[in-house]
Order: sequence, then structure tokens, then C-alpha cells
Amino acid sequence: MLFGYHWNLTSDWAFALSILPMLLKGLVVTVEATVLGYLLALTLGLLLALLRMAPSRLVAWPTAFIIEFLRDTPLLVQLYFLYFVLPLYGINLPAFLTGTLALGLQYSAYTSEVYRAGIKAVPKGQWEAALALDLTPLRTYRDIIVPQAIPRILPALGNYLVSIIKDTPILSAVTVLEMLDVAKMVGDRTFRYMVPLTMVGVLFLLLTLLTATALRRLERRLPQRGIPLR
Amino acid sequence: MMFAQLLPPLLRGAEITAQITLASTLLGALFAFAAGIGKLSRHRALRWPAVGYIEVFRGTSLLVQLFWLFFALPIIGISLSPLSAGILGLSLNIGAYGAEVVRGALQATARGQREAARALNFTPRQTLWRILLPQALPEMMPPFGNLAVQNLKDSALVSLITLADLTYQAQNLRNITLQTVPILTATLLLYFAMALVLTAAMRWLERRVRYAAGHER
Amino acid sequence: MNPAVRFRQVTKRFGDLTVLEQFDFEVAQGEIVTLIGASGSGKSTVLRILMTLEELQDGEVEIEGEPLWHERKGGRTVAASEQHLRRMRKKVGMVFQQFNLFPHMSVLRNITEAPIHVLQLPRAEAETRARELLRLVGLEEKADAFPEQLSGGQQQRVAIARALAMRPRVLLFDEPTSALDPEMVGEVLNVIRQVAGEHELTMILVTHEMNFAREISDRVCFFDQGRILEQGPPEQIFTAPREERTREFLRTVLPDSGRT
Repeated sequence: MLFGYHWNLTSDWAFALSILPMLLKGLVVTVEATVLGYLLALTLGLLLALLRMAPSRLVAWPTAFIIEFLRDTPLLVQLYFLYFVLPLYGINLPAFLTGTLALGLQYSAYTSEVYRAGIKAVPKGQWEAALALDLTPLRTYRDIIVPQAIPRILPALGNYLVSIIKDTPILSAVTVLEMLDVAKMVGDRTFRYMVPLTMVGVLFLLLTLLTATALRRLERRLPQRGIPLR
Repeated sequence: MMFAQLLPPLLRGAEITAQITLASTLLGALFAFAAGIGKLSRHRALRWPAVGYIEVFRGTSLLVQLFWLFFALPIIGISLSPLSAGILGLSLNIGAYGAEVVRGALQATARGQREAARALNFTPRQTLWRILLPQALPEMMPPFGNLAVQNLKDSALVSLITLADLTYQAQNLRNITLQTVPILTATLLLYFAMALVLTAAMRWLERRVRYAAGHER
Repeated sequence: MNPAVRFRQVTKRFGDLTVLEQFDFEVAQGEIVTLIGASGSGKSTVLRILMTLEELQDGEVEIEGEPLWHERKGGRTVAASEQHLRRMRKKVGMVFQQFNLFPHMSVLRNITEAPIHVLQLPRAEAETRARELLRLVGLEEKADAFPEQLSGGQQQRVAIARALAMRPRVLLFDEPTSALDPEMVGEVLNVIRQVAGEHELTMILVTHEMNFAREISDRVCFFDQGRILEQGPPEQIFTAPREERTREFLRTVLPDSGRT
């Protein structure tokens, strides 16, 4: 029994049907972790990108190092680090929040590169024109650069949403009961791993395919040129 | 003093991590070429399995794949050791991503090259091996480099199927000594160092490939 | 004697666009024919069908009396197999507008690769022959260079040598000088002229070099909207075109020879 549901071991299909509600409960956690981690990655990534592009090397270089470090070390170890080290400094977060924090941190390194590449891809002439028009740096960014960078940035950011979905099972390593962990638990108790694990695979496939399709739809609606900001 | 005692087990784990990464990257390259080329085949019998493999392994989580290989397969009589399951899972996963790199680079070769090959009456196979692949290979190397680092990082997941890699050793050591901060810091640094070495190695390989592709006889 | 090339009622469409419709065309063995006309009039498509780079929707193409896109099997006519196409393709060679040299191979290897691996010639023989051809196109000393080290004109001359190395019966030139800087056009035309003089080849050229077409061709065909509107000896086409559309076309491409 799990979450108040019982499994039915009479046949593979009955078993599959009986554990589906449990897996769907895990799926909800998977989606929650994905959305929260993604939002964190988008925000933190923007911050890292801005610091990385700061005129002062004193800011830019350490940021570059942090980004590289986050990108080059495993999510699982970063997760362990947060999970076991934060409490030593009095920060006690629920496992779920620690997990989303780890997802957000790792992916902020990726999204920061997306932001940076998008902004750098705006032709140099645009900066020069803004300078010639005597626009303030803030106005240059807000009215000239960012609107032109957005159409380049959004599709790449979308790809990371799909990646983050696939990385959520790692949170099971710190006892977050997402879909994979539920399946593992069912397997541990019934000694039947094939059905739950295959179901999790199929559910992930559905989730990523749906997300990828939705993103492609969205992408087609995006303007190919600049987006005017109010 | 503390570090001196902690480091040897971590280094033993790092060695396993390096071995697994190397083996699965090489095996993954094999899968990548087979599936990437297969996806472009005119024959459905080759194209469909390639597409299926790529979609399934890119569409699901690596950890799910590893668990499936390690926990589910024995039930139908196929028992893999943690090492085989780990290497197979990592290489199947990275191979699916690599397949898209191979396919993309092959498709990006100029159409005129295919037409010239046709006009000179090369067979499709000769066209692939003699004309298209040598031109596409250098273009594949930078994304392959990224995938190799990705694979190094992904290899940490094999610790969850009881393989004694760096992450596993770190967790183990942490449980015994409770020296959480130094152990996990050292672990992160070791991964970072390995990633830097791997990146440098892939750059070197890329230069070699570019040279060989441009000047081979 | 069978004609080198014969198109019978060929129809070729790209989606909704019909490029050739019930197209008939013949080239005698050893003949040098130039196809002229506005771009999009179907000239290049004729060459590309002959090289099997494009399939056709209807009709048949024969090379030296043998159907290209069909073969007889057990008394029935069936769509050509890959083997049949490969056998037929041996008779045809092509020089492309963009040269399409293999960038990862030396000049010599560009020329020897297909003779060695397709015709199964011994390497030494292929190389000897390649050097002879390089002499013909005046690039003997460039055998070990790579394409990127050559000018456009030199690359096209290598491409001509490469096509000749396969000993085709019919050689196709698809706008061989259109991608070249003006100062390099002459050297390539010279090589084509020389090839025409020294080899027993049937040649079909698509070109915008009208003076060259006039000088080298046995026959000039003016293409208009997927048909040959007018054809004849170059003197007649260039000095006394019968059709108004031909006159119009020649006026635009030869501003000074329109008045005759």
C-alpha cells in the first residue's frame, strides 16, 4: 500500500492499472519540481548573465568561474552538497525545496549562457546607433537590445525546460517522492520492477513529447524579429 | 591531515568515474554513428529503429533508464552487473544525443557534394564514407566535446545503482566520517578538474580530426 | 547510329510548377549543343535529369538508345533499378556551376577517387591519367594542393579534369562560368574549348556566355518556358532568329549584337 492505494498483483495489466494513481501522484511532484526549478533557473540565470557581462572584471570573472563550475559538476553532487551542507549552517529546507534549488542552480548556469549569447548576437551596429543617439545604458538595454534578443533567447530556453523535466528523478536521491521514487518503492515492496519502471519511462516520454510539442507551437507564434516592450 | 585521509578513497572513486566515462563515451559514439546514419537511411528497416531509439532515450530520464536496466531487466532473466548496466545506460543515453549531432552534421554538408558524388557514380555507401563523413566529422567534434562533459556529469548517477564511483565513495565516506563539507567540496573540485581535462582532451582531438580530415591521403 | 541523348515526351514538375512538359530533344553523338534562355526556363533541369539528379514524372530519356529511367526485365518495362542507373550514369559526366570539388581531398585525389573506387582502376594508372588531365587543364603543378588554395577558375578546371577522368560519353556543363569572377571566365572557356577539340565527346552546355556558345556549338537551342522555342546552327540563331522571343532574349543578353 502506498498513499492509501493498494496494488493488484493478479496480472501485469491489473498491476499497472492499480499503481497508476500512485505514479500520477509522483508525476505531480515531478511537474511541481520542474516548474519551480525552471522559474528559479530563469531568474538566477538572468542575474548571472548580467553579472557576467558587467563592465568590471572584478565582477565578471568570478561570475564566469561560478557559471563554469556549476556547468561542469554533476547535479547529483550539487544536490548532495546543498542537502547535507545547508543544515550545518542552520538552513533547514524540506527536501523538495533543496531539490528545486539544486535544479535551479545548475540550470541557471545554462540559461545565463543563453541570455548572454542572445544579447551578444544583437549586431554591434545597434549598440553604436544607441550610443550615437545618446541613449542611457538602461534605455539602450530596455528599448534596443533586449527586444531584439528575446526572439533568439526564447527557443533555447524552451529546450532547457525539457531537460529539467528529465533531471527531476535525481531528486529521488534525497528522498523526494517524485515519480521514479514512487515506482522504485513499489518495486522494492512487490519485487516487480518491470511494470512500474516501464510505466515511468512511458510517462516521462509523454511528458517530454507533450512539452516539446507545446514549445514548438509556441515558437511558431513568436515573432521572428524584435518584440516591443512596453 | 584530514584531507590526506579522505583523498585516497575519493581518488579511487574518481578513477572508476574516469573509466566509466571513457568507456561509455566511446560506446556512445558507436551508438551515435549507427543511429545518426540509420536515421538518414532510405530503408525503413534501418530508419525506424534508429528514430525509435533516439526518441525513447532522449525523451526519458537517464536515471529511469539506469533503473530499468538494473532493476527491471533481471526480472526477464537478463542480469547486468552494476558496471555493465552503468556503462550501457550511459552510452545508450549519450548515444541518442550524439545521434542527433551526427545526423545534423551529415545533413549540413553541402548538397553539391552529394550531387558531385552521384555524378561520379559513387555508391550511397561510398558517398557516406568517402565524401560526407570526412567533411561532417570535424563539425561534430565541438558538440561531441559538450556531450562528453555531459556524460562525465551524468556518470554520477551510477552511484545510485551501487557502482563505486566518485559520488558513491563521497557518500560512503560522508556516512562514515561525517566530514561533510571537505568531502563534498573535494568531490565537486575533482569533477571540475576532470571536466577541464576532458574538455582539453576533446579540443585536442578536434584539432587532430580537422587536420586528418583536411590532409588525409 | 543512335543519338547520344534523346528525350521523349518528358514531363518534370516541382510540386505545382511544371518545368518541362512533353519535352522532346535529341543530341547526336559527338555533337556540341548549347542551351540558352532565361533562368527558370528548364535548361538546367534537362542536364540534371540526364545526370539522374532529378527524377521525371513522365516520358523517357535514352542515352545511346538505351532507356535511362526504365529497364527491360523479363520482357516487361520496369522502373530503373539502382544498378541500372549506375551503369547508365557511367556514360555521363557533369561539371557544376559551384564546382563541387571535395574540400577534404587534394586536387589529385579529387580526380583519382572515383576512377579508383568506382571504375576499380589501379591507383598508379588512375594517377598517371589524372596527371595527364591536369596537364590538359594546365594545372599540373597543383596536384597536391587543396581546393581552398585554388582560385575559382582553377577549381573549375580541376572539376573538368575530374569529370573527364571517368571517361564519359556525354559531358554536361551546367553554367560552368556563372560562379566565377569575370577575369577567370576566359581560362575555363579555354579549357572547355580544348576538351571539345581533343576528345570525342558529346557535350551539352548551359551557359550565359553567348559569344562562346556561338563559337563552340554545332547547334544552339533557345529555351522558353520549358520548351525549345527555336534551335539551329549558332550563326542562324544569333544573326537571324526567327522568333520574336529569341530576339528579345538576345537583345537583353547581347545589347550590342541585337541589331543585325
